[in-house]
Amino acid sequence: MIQTLWRRIERLAVRCAAAIARLWRRSLHFRVVLITVLLGTFVALGLGTYMYQRIGSGLTSRATSIAEQQALSQRDYAQSQFNNAPRTDIASLRAIGQQVAAPVTGTHPQEAGEQNDRVVIKRSPGNTFPSLGTFFTQPGDVQLIPQALQSAVEKDPTHAQLQIGTVRVGGKQEPAVIVGARIVIPNAGDYDFYLISPMTAESQMLGIVRTTFLLGGLALTLLLAGIAYLVTRMVVSPVRDAAHVSERLTAGALNERMQVSGEDDLARLATSFNAMADSLQRQIRQLEDLSQLQQRFTSDVSHELRTPLTTIRMAADMIHASREDFSAPVARSAELLSRELDRFETLLTDLLEISRFDAGAAAAGHELVDLRDVVARVVDGCESLAESQGVKLRLHSRQEAVAPMDARRIERIVRNLVTNAIEHAEHKPVDITVAANPSAVAVAVRDYGVGLRPGDAEQVFNRFWRADPARARTTGGTGLGLSISLEDARLHDGWLQAWGEPGNGACFRLTLPVRAGQPIVRSPVTLAPDDSSVGIAMPKGNSLTIGTRAAGASPAPEGSGGGR
Amino acid sequence: MTTGRVLVVDDDPSLAEMLSIILQGEGLEVTVCAAGDLALRAFQETKPDIVLLDVMLPGIDGVEVCRQIRGESTVPIVMLTARTDTVDVVLGLESGADDYVTKPFKPQELVARVRARLRRGDESEAETLQLGDLTIDVPGHVVKRGDRAILLTPLEFDLLVALARKPWQVFSRETLLEQVWGYRHAGDTRLVNVHVQRLRSKVEKDPENPEIVLTVRGVGYKAGKA
Repeated sequence: MIQTLWRRIERLAVRCAAAIARLWRRSLHFRVVLITVLLGTFVALGLGTYMYQRIGSGLTSRATSIAEQQALSQRDYAQSQFNNAPRTDIASLRAIGQQVAAPVTGTHPQEAGEQNDRVVIKRSPGNTFPSLGTFFTQPGDVQLIPQALQSAVEKDPTHAQLQIGTVRVGGKQEPAVIVGARIVIPNAGDYDFYLISPMTAESQMLGIVRTTFLLGGLALTLLLAGIAYLVTRMVVSPVRDAAHVSERLTAGALNERMQVSGEDDLARLATSFNAMADSLQRQIRQLEDLSQLQQRFTSDVSHELRTPLTTIRMAADMIHASREDFSAPVARSAELLSRELDRFETLLTDLLEISRFDAGAAAAGHELVDLRDVVARVVDGCESLAESQGVKLRLHSRQEAVAPMDARRIERIVRNLVTNAIEHAEHKPVDITVAANPSAVAVAVRDYGVGLRPGDAEQVFNRFWRADPARARTTGGTGLGLSISLEDARLHDGWLQAWGEPGNGACFRLTLPVRAGQPIVRSPVTLAPDDSSVGIAMPKGNSLTIGTRAAGASPAPEGSGGGR
Repeated sequence: MTTGRVLVVDDDPSLAEMLSIILQGEGLEVTVCAAGDLALRAFQETKPDIVLLDVMLPGIDGVEVCRQIRGESTVPIVMLTARTDTVDVVLGLESGADDYVTKPFKPQELVARVRARLRRGDESEAETLQLGDLTIDVPGHVVKRGDRAILLTPLEFDLLVALARKPWQVFSRETLLEQVWGYRHAGDTRLVNVHVQRLRSKVEKDPENPEIVLTVRGVGYKAGKA
């Protein structure tokens, strides 16, 4: 029970501490106020203590000197009483002693400090006369006389001896001055005269001083806190304004500015902040203009290049159609012309597509489509190419895999992956797997051909990248296919990943989220044969991840980029 | 071989000449017009059976020319466009074009499209279809609601006939592209959407609540009740 309670308190304390630490880190305001309060308390405490001590010692020394005079005059009075005694028998002397020690009557004891003074007359240790006994104002006071004071009186009987002690007054412990001196009683020898003078008034006064100091210190500290709060606010709120405005600027509200009032440092801050915002806005506008310019340029190039290309295309086809009428070299030239025109056309289309991505002009439609249909269509279309390369395409798709996608773009990605795989499969089969899980659908294209050398991996998706420039090109890839595929995957918030090992083939995997805007948790198909480290956690927002050991990966070379 | 007159509106002389060579090789009669503002006059003078229209033209642009021609004729119009951006394509189709070809195109592709648009009038048997309150005279190319004739372009007519002939069948956009436009490979299904909208605006009493051409969500279109 107690343990759980204790644990709970501990947790609460930890949480409070954490909250304060967070406040300390995050709020300049809080920090300044707290520091001011702490320093203020420290100074008030030090100063108060010092002053309190000064006042205390002043009061004590005053009380001491008053008590000393009082004691001397009382002793003189007592001495004269004894000296003038008509009889010196023991009984008479005792009566005088009692009278001297008796409390002052007729006046109220609390009226003045001196009236609380108490007297003790005690036989000196060296006295050989018969004892008169001890006289006292209040019983028990004899015990209050410190031994040190008694010996001091014994040592120097001519002067008054002083000591500070503690006595009970009205049930309370009070500091008191105790003064000792010697009197000589005729026929009775030396007696020690002690005056106990409680410092009730002084301690009362000190109490008032202490209370005043505490209240004053508290008020001062609070005042300091308030001032610190106000002053910091004057500085912090413009800073907070600036932070707010810069947040708005970051969010895209480029017209947001700070208010400038006055000519002080804060106004300068606001002015320079606004100048910065102006300059930023100008540069962003410029960039926007540039981007628009590029988009227009893309569009213009598109038109300007395509029109002559159409003419050339038609002319070439015409020549190609009647190549039988030509001599062999000319006929072959016509064939080359026609084929290269195809490539040129593909390259131009890919280039325009890439520049459209760069301009941010590409937009994907999102329709719910079964990925299996898309893949089946691609596999159908690639069947003849696969046959000509002696490659067997094996499609594995049992689960439904519906996700929002731009079917045209996804089909382009899959076609690109499949043709790449066919080109690099080296007559071995190609496995195409479609699967789904609650967060994603995916298709993986795995070949068992040349694979990829380590280190090539990071570059598979680079524009115009070729694994082995020396290797002869068998197919007319443009070198842009995988770059376009990557952009298409990004447009869908999907992943496009590659794995490969030299000689063991390569695997490309496309993963798409099942719901737009919802991140993929993990891909439903494996990428690498040993998928322990890949495919579970993917880097955030990245479509490009490379495989395990091969660090990279993927099919090879040349046609890597070759989209068709 | 069908003979016919083609008006080519294109400002690029080489392309225009090449087009002429190709089309003349197909037995068609070709007239070339090089500017947008001259296109309407050329159209009125030559009375072509089909118009090939470039989108970017000096003078007035292709979209505007298309609108002008459509204003006075139902002649098939095929746009030649260098852009594949959705906006350009849809703008062209909405101005009244029947089909479009993206540059650079292969000659066979263009010829196939032109042939598909010229194929009209092949069927000679008398055939009358009933669709809702519409009467369709297939060889006569006439659609009537009661006694009032509705003016449709040949393509819209073909689209309506394709649907009306098999009122029990739901046509996917791809099937319609193949049957009506003559595409042999997958084409742009936006063509179908745009033309269905246009057809509806002409034949439906309330295009917002179609009764003649019904949408089957996720599949395509079908004819309304006969």
